[in-house]
Amino acid sequence: MTDWLTPDEWRAVALSLRVSVWATVLSLPPGIFVAYVLARWSFWGKQLLNGLVHLPLILPPVVTGYVLLMTFGRRGAVGQVLDEWFGLVFAFRWTGAALASGVMAFPLMVRAIRLAIEAVDPKLEAAAATLGAPRIWVFLTVTLPLILPGIVAGAILAFAKAMGEFGATITFVSNIPGQTQTLPSAIYAFLQVPGGDGQALRLVMVSVTIAMAALILSEWLGRAVARWIGGA
Amino acid sequence: MLSVDLEHRFPGLHLSARFEAPPGVTALFGRSGSGKTTLVNAVAGLLQPDRGRIGLDGELLLDTAARLSLPPHRRRMGYVFQEGRLFPHLTVRQNLRYGGWFAPRGADGAEFDRIVTLLGIGSLLDRRPSHLSGGEKQRVALGRAILSRPRLLLMDEPLAALDEARKAEILPYLERLRDELRLPILYVSHSMAEIARLATTVVLLEAGRVTASGPVAEVLADPALAPGFGLREAGAILRARVAAQEEDGLTRLDCASGPVWLPHLAAPAGSEIRLRILAQDVMLALTRPEGISALNILPATVRELRAGEGGVMVQLAAGGEPILARITRRSAERLALAPGMPVFAVLKAVSVAPESIGGPEVVTP
Repeated sequence: MTDWLTPDEWRAVALSLRVSVWATVLSLPPGIFVAYVLARWSFWGKQLLNGLVHLPLILPPVVTGYVLLMTFGRRGAVGQVLDEWFGLVFAFRWTGAALASGVMAFPLMVRAIRLAIEAVDPKLEAAAATLGAPRIWVFLTVTLPLILPGIVAGAILAFAKAMGEFGATITFVSNIPGQTQTLPSAIYAFLQVPGGDGQALRLVMVSVTIAMAALILSEWLGRAVARWIGGA
Repeated sequence: MLSVDLEHRFPGLHLSARFEAPPGVTALFGRSGSGKTTLVNAVAGLLQPDRGRIGLDGELLLDTAARLSLPPHRRRMGYVFQEGRLFPHLTVRQNLRYGGWFAPRGADGAEFDRIVTLLGIGSLLDRRPSHLSGGEKQRVALGRAILSRPRLLLMDEPLAALDEARKAEILPYLERLRDELRLPILYVSHSMAEIARLATTVVLLEAGRVTASGPVAEVLADPALAPGFGLREAGAILRARVAAQEEDGLTRLDCASGPVWLPHLAAPAGSEIRLRILAQDVMLALTRPEGISALNILPATVRELRAGEGGVMVQLAAGGEPILARITRRSAERLALAPGMPVFAVLKAVSVAPESIGGPEVVTP
């Protein structure tokens, strides 16, 4: 099994999985919050927030990567503070890859969850309030369970996007084997070397397998959750 | 005691209403668009009115002048919605328990088992709302509201979405709630039959304004208000006691003005019931009619006459209790009816619709 992929290739696969899982898990809470705010609140500047969230979807990924580098790089305004105060470094580390893919996947996740929230009847939330539930409990006991299918869909979508993220990642954290070389970066690197096609093809197959597995898992999870909510 | 004084503007409606709801069932009656639901939502805290004050048992829930408005979850109103609004992801049991999770410790309230029995939903506890019939859903919604230990129950046409059979299934439960729990209830409806059966107080709402309010028997027997209830629906309420089941299948009831016979009524002798007598089902005679098939003839006195579009509304006093009769203008002139005149009110036994037979009135403390 181990000789099927070289250690470098394994590292790329493992790194990609780690980066994507962290990107997905850490963007879930803010993703749910932003989706809720966009779906339920009305306030001045809502369109601005909406545009900001969707920006990574429409900007060239290289631009997003560059913006990340400017803000979260060692000398970036935010990066400097995080480094000094918490010792948290993003530039040219795997954490930066997670940040980049998280930012790129964020709009997709928010979209899926926002749609789910908009499908929840606000009358059910009003009913919960009349039964004595404070707002946060209304959210936790009524809204959240009802949007679980949307959250699952959004998370899987974000995970898949993170697995495939290339442009912003390579711009922000470069392509260092074992450090920041994710699956797409590795495939790209192999294709740059003469005779690397074979290695690239193997990684492409790994890529396809992971994507298929994620898709099947999301279908299954989605159905299980829907069954739980619908009460079969 | 709930006291409401609100003003709110919508496109197409200027709501400006003031009323008080004493203990018992207060029915808010009005056509659709008259502002009933808006009023109830404001009481529940789901709608912020432009201006107003709402107080319950001496505590202010809303006072726009003082910028006070308790959020819905701190008002402790049990709200039964027209469409039930059960939580689809929870079982019936969890739906019923939901309000209890948030009720303040030590709040008075009915016990779970008692309410489940009262509403007859014991066999549904482990089901999900999607597997309940419309009538079952509404019973669970009722139970859920009651078990949140509210200080007041709000019901916004809880029967409107149900067919006649389901209504008939739930009405007895509502009566039992009214009689056993002693919770004040604000009941929105546009069905006279429901109001005649359940209400102790009626508030009549027309185009956002309260046009009348008072004890149900008084309001329903007021000839001036009858057009507001609809000419075909207008009719007074008589209190009666079941006297005996007779051999030919009729049930004899005793009213203040004398006996009334009805087709068999499944109620034990001695029980107090309400009869609703539609104004259009009452005939008037100057002398006691002889040789007539109608069994129910009550001696009465004319109290008040009011001519309107649909003829003349006559209020009679039968044994001290008011009855409404609607007759044509020509009949009124031919009989030369005038206040103080003795007459006989002829009611056909079948004219008393079974759905308008209700339980005893709540004795207001």
